[in-house]
Amino acid sequence: MSESATPKTSRWALWLPLAFFGAFVGLVAWNLIHPASSDVPSRFVGQPLPQFDLPAAAEGRPGLSRADMANGKPKLLNVFASWCVPCAAESAQLAQLAAAGVEVDGIAIRDHKADLAVFLQRNGNPYARIGSDDVSAVQLAIGSSGVPESFVIDGKGVIRHQHIGVIMPDDVPKLLAKLQDAGR
Amino acid sequence: MIAEFGLAALWLAAALALLQLLAGALSLTSGGEGFGGVVRPVAIVQGILSLAAFAALVLVFSQTDLSVKLVVENSHSAKPMLYKIAGAWGNHEGSMLLWVTIMGLAGGFVALVERRLPEKTMLATLAGQAFVSLGFYAFLLFASNPFARLATPPAEGNGLNPLLQDPGLAFHPPTLYIGYVGLSIAFSFAIGALITREVSPAFARAMRPWVLGAWIFLTLGITAGSFWAYYELGWGGWWFWDPVENASLMPWLAATALLHSCSVLAARNALRAWTVMLGVVAFSMSMVGTFLVRSGILTSVHAFAVDPKRGSFILVLLAIYIGGALTLFALRAATVTEGERFAVTSRESGLVFNNVMLSSVLGIVLIGTLYPLLTEAMGEKVSVGPPYFNPMAALFVVPMLLVLMVGPLLRWRQDNVGRIRKGLIVPAALLVVGVMVAIVIAPGKVLPILGLALAPALAVASLLPLRGRELRRVKLPLWGMVVAHFGIAVSLFGMASDSAFTVEKLVAVPVGGTVDVGPWQVKLGSLEPVAGPNWTALEAELQASYSGATPTMLHPQSRSFWTPPQQTNESALLTRWNGQLYTVLGEQAEDGRWQLRLWWKPFVSLIWLGGALIALGGLLALLGRVWSDLRRIIARGKIADRREGMGR
Repeated sequence: MSESATPKTSRWALWLPLAFFGAFVGLVAWNLIHPASSDVPSRFVGQPLPQFDLPAAAEGRPGLSRADMANGKPKLLNVFASWCVPCAAESAQLAQLAAAGVEVDGIAIRDHKADLAVFLQRNGNPYARIGSDDVSAVQLAIGSSGVPESFVIDGKGVIRHQHIGVIMPDDVPKLLAKLQDAGR
Repeated sequence: MIAEFGLAALWLAAALALLQLLAGALSLTSGGEGFGGVVRPVAIVQGILSLAAFAALVLVFSQTDLSVKLVVENSHSAKPMLYKIAGAWGNHEGSMLLWVTIMGLAGGFVALVERRLPEKTMLATLAGQAFVSLGFYAFLLFASNPFARLATPPAEGNGLNPLLQDPGLAFHPPTLYIGYVGLSIAFSFAIGALITREVSPAFARAMRPWVLGAWIFLTLGITAGSFWAYYELGWGGWWFWDPVENASLMPWLAATALLHSCSVLAARNALRAWTVMLGVVAFSMSMVGTFLVRSGILTSVHAFAVDPKRGSFILVLLAIYIGGALTLFALRAATVTEGERFAVTSRESGLVFNNVMLSSVLGIVLIGTLYPLLTEAMGEKVSVGPPYFNPMAALFVVPMLLVLMVGPLLRWRQDNVGRIRKGLIVPAALLVVGVMVAIVIAPGKVLPILGLALAPALAVASLLPLRGRELRRVKLPLWGMVVAHFGIAVSLFGMASDSAFTVEKLVAVPVGGTVDVGPWQVKLGSLEPVAGPNWTALEAELQASYSGATPTMLHPQSRSFWTPPQQTNESALLTRWNGQLYTVLGEQAEDGRWQLRLWWKPFVSLIWLGGALIALGGLLALLGRVWSDLRRIIARGKIADRREGMGR
């Protein structure tokens, strides 16, 4: 019963801890250089829009269908509602995008025509078309879980990018770049 | 002025650390021995200066000096004094200052009292400590100056995160930090021993009290942190395998392994290279943990100072210190012979088993913590939680606890199981009965069954080393071991009982309504607004009665802080000998009823009682070691002086 307890460690094994540590440093350095994006990638990005045909939600703007979205030109699809307070906060940025030549289409979620008219009057109307989605059917079908959300749709009607939450001023150039990519 | 004084003290301390490093390094060269004399005094003064800088920061915070940027960002004049002071370390810059202060004080303390090792090893150790400190001084002075002023002081500060405004948490960070950073001493000892090739039982005996001291604080810090998360977050859980919790657990696992391997080295002159390795690993884990938390590369509820630039700075420090130490280890460890041999059935084998299992758990936790980073690098998001950590850790903890019942009974070098067989009959029988009972009362829950069955057997087995001894003459370190091992059993029972028997209720109750949770009847009496120094709250009065007995009042609150504006749930706990009633007041529903979350958690408080016992065991062992060392030092004082004189 007198086996030796620890066999003599071979020389290369002594370098193993350093090798492991080197791998750790490499891993975390990579992660430091490429900071994790905080947005949750949507499964709907890269998917074509589902079939839909929404009635007009506001006077003077036509409704919205899938065919309108797939006419060869990239567009911004904004999911919003008059009852949504943060939606008012992004109106200036939407106007800025529209002024830059972007076609902004809206889907009003569970809204009333009268309320929407007041909202558009107060915050401006950057939309080319506004569809009325009274039961959130289209909203759910494109993977939007709240308002406001904005989607970059390319000319073939494929979702290219999903922006969750209010469009902040520094998001505008990013969205413009995404729209330009979608146009290629 | 105070802020400038603090900054000046910090710069001076950094300069002295540089001097300490250079003088220490020179003293190791041939012909440079004369420099050795300045190292110890410099280390002591450096420690005092770092303490002065820290005191200046505390003073600035206690006066709410709003011309200091850090105070503006983390304090507010309406805060209670305790949290003004705690605010000094409840932020990135302040906590890094606390870090270097503890490093400086620990180094100074070692320089003052530690005289058992050859002076050259001590000089190398103190130079190593200064080298590590220097990096953190640079980090503070160049990237995280806590004393920076604002050109135009605002009228009021931003306040401290309300979750941190809790008396328990005021002392949680310093406690943990003393533990984390105290391990730097073990790191420096390991470097010193590697440089001078002096890995000996004397080295282990010199290092052990320092490791023990740090380990006690680490144990207390983790226990307190777990209890804080339990009652303050209002989730009813006590451990979440959050990256920051893991960051504190990993150094603890390494330090626990180190304590055990130290005793093998001290008693038997075996496990030499391994002990040195653990000395390096323990503090490395502290640094890695700090890096993971501060750099923000891991998502955590504790991510309070996320800044990738700081992350890069700490990563460079890590690469220098850990990389350097591991290189030194690889170069020198081959020349450190493995030492004395021992039989398979021996105390050493038990401790080796303990070390292998603890290191494996450490590996499991490290992999689980880093795995999300690995998949992120490959473009996929995952989160690793209890379904991985619990069974994987149990895979190694359960065998370790089984061996723990036997190990302390074995003799050093060689023993046979026959000798101790008799004593093990009771724990073995308890284990068998425990498994059977646990399967009946908690069917289908594998880990809780194991815990419930193991805990009583382990509790009895942990007392066995006292068998046949005259209790009054048992030495303190042995008492320490027994108490700590008993504490593990106590804590394990609490964990298993909590996960096996907890009853949870999430209900909406009208005022006057009653809910049953476990053996309790809880009646929502009334709701009253109350106000504190910097918050207002809605306080519910709950009348809880245990199986129809006279009700006891509980007052959970839904608290609103105004600087910064934040809502917290202050849970109310009712502790009985057999468990805890945990109550949280939620929102009011539309129909006027109130949401209540209620838990009955049998024996849950044993988790923290066990943690406290483990720390107490460490304290007893430390007192015993220090006492016997003191006696030896007094007895051999003159000899040591003479030897030191010859060394120069």
